[in-house]
Amino acid sequence: MTVPLALLGLLEREPSHGYDLKRDYDVYFGRGKPLPYGQVYATLGRLARDGKVIVGDAEPGGGPDRKRYVITDDGASELHAWLAQPVQPEPHLQTVLFVKVTLALMLDRSAETFLDVQRATHLQRMRELTEVKRTADVADALLADHGLFHLEADLRWIDLTAARLAQLAKEVAR
Amino acid sequence: MTILQAQEVALSFGETPALRGASLEVAKGEVLAVMGPSGSGKSTLLHCLAGILVPDSGEVHFDGQRLDTLGENDRSAFRRDKFGFVFQFGQLVPELTAVENVALPLLLCGRPRKEALAAARPWFGRLELDGLEQRRSGELSGGQAQRVAVARGLVSNPTVLFADEPTGALDSLTGEHVMELLTGAAREQGTTVVLVTHEPRVAAYADREVIVRDGRVTGVAVATGSSS
Repeated sequence: MTVPLALLGLLEREPSHGYDLKRDYDVYFGRGKPLPYGQVYATLGRLARDGKVIVGDAEPGGGPDRKRYVITDDGASELHAWLAQPVQPEPHLQTVLFVKVTLALMLDRSAETFLDVQRATHLQRMRELTEVKRTADVADALLADHGLFHLEADLRWIDLTAARLAQLAKEVAR
Repeated sequence: MTILQAQEVALSFGETPALRGASLEVAKGEVLAVMGPSGSGKSTLLHCLAGILVPDSGEVHFDGQRLDTLGENDRSAFRRDKFGFVFQFGQLVPELTAVENVALPLLLCGRPRKEALAAARPWFGRLELDGLEQRRSGELSGGQAQRVAVARGLVSNPTVLFADEPTGALDSLTGEHVMELLTGAAREQGTTVVLVTHEPRVAAYADREVIVRDGRVTGVAVATGSSS
């Protein structure tokens, strides 16, 4: 889900080749799960088909992977809209949240603002689940509690990340 | 309608700034959570809003009246007549019974003892404390003692209840029970609540939250229609 948008984010930083995109993706977002080349080029192909990137001519001396990809205005608009939107609160969000924070820092956008919006979105969901608990039977209250504990864990991560943004910004700076 | 307002409030303790221009509005009847990391200034902001501390600069208004320019005696009268308080620790007077503790704000306002105790007793049913009226604080569990403190904070029907980490010393389940009863009773009698907490599960009982960071208030509109 985040791979196309992560690649758009890397291309927003600078035009790049497929090989370099894969390398940067693996460094920043792969975390022991490298992106297969096939997926990189299939994704870039779809982004080109949809007008989100432009594929340059093959560069001399290179094979098919030496084509240079450039993000289009449509691609940049989609990326910026995605970065500005909080993520729907649900369990196991860490990958999406992390990608958004890292890209925001890379692109010199306010990661702090994103985290504030995300925190408010999580707390709104927690309010809804707390309200459910007030009138629910035990089974539904326990299910609501399950959601609340996961959201609370996300919020702890959001607060920790907010406190370490300066350090993370140094790590992703080029 | 705004009942409580801070405008560009700044306060330092010696060389250390605690608030650096904090602004905040609280609507009448609202339950507002004030969140933020340790040392961010959230408790100091609560103390300024409640007239316990006087800011170095900026203004605090309660119900249209400026609070920060009043003298200590007038602010003290405000706190007694208009505000209720619940803190984290050591709130109950150990020599008094639970019902005397609840009646204390009324006694301080000059209500006759019999009348004050009669007004305090119904709170034991409302906060699930039936039968504990004659116990002293040492004979109460943490959750029971905190519910007695909540009753004491609300017994005089204050316009605003200030609660600073009211569940901070309790386990998660007991803390939620206290919050359920605190917010339920406050909403029932239309009391505005300003709740300082660092716990999201506690803040989830509020209508809205603001974040205090580096002595300033940051608020974010609740997002809807979020996406993945």
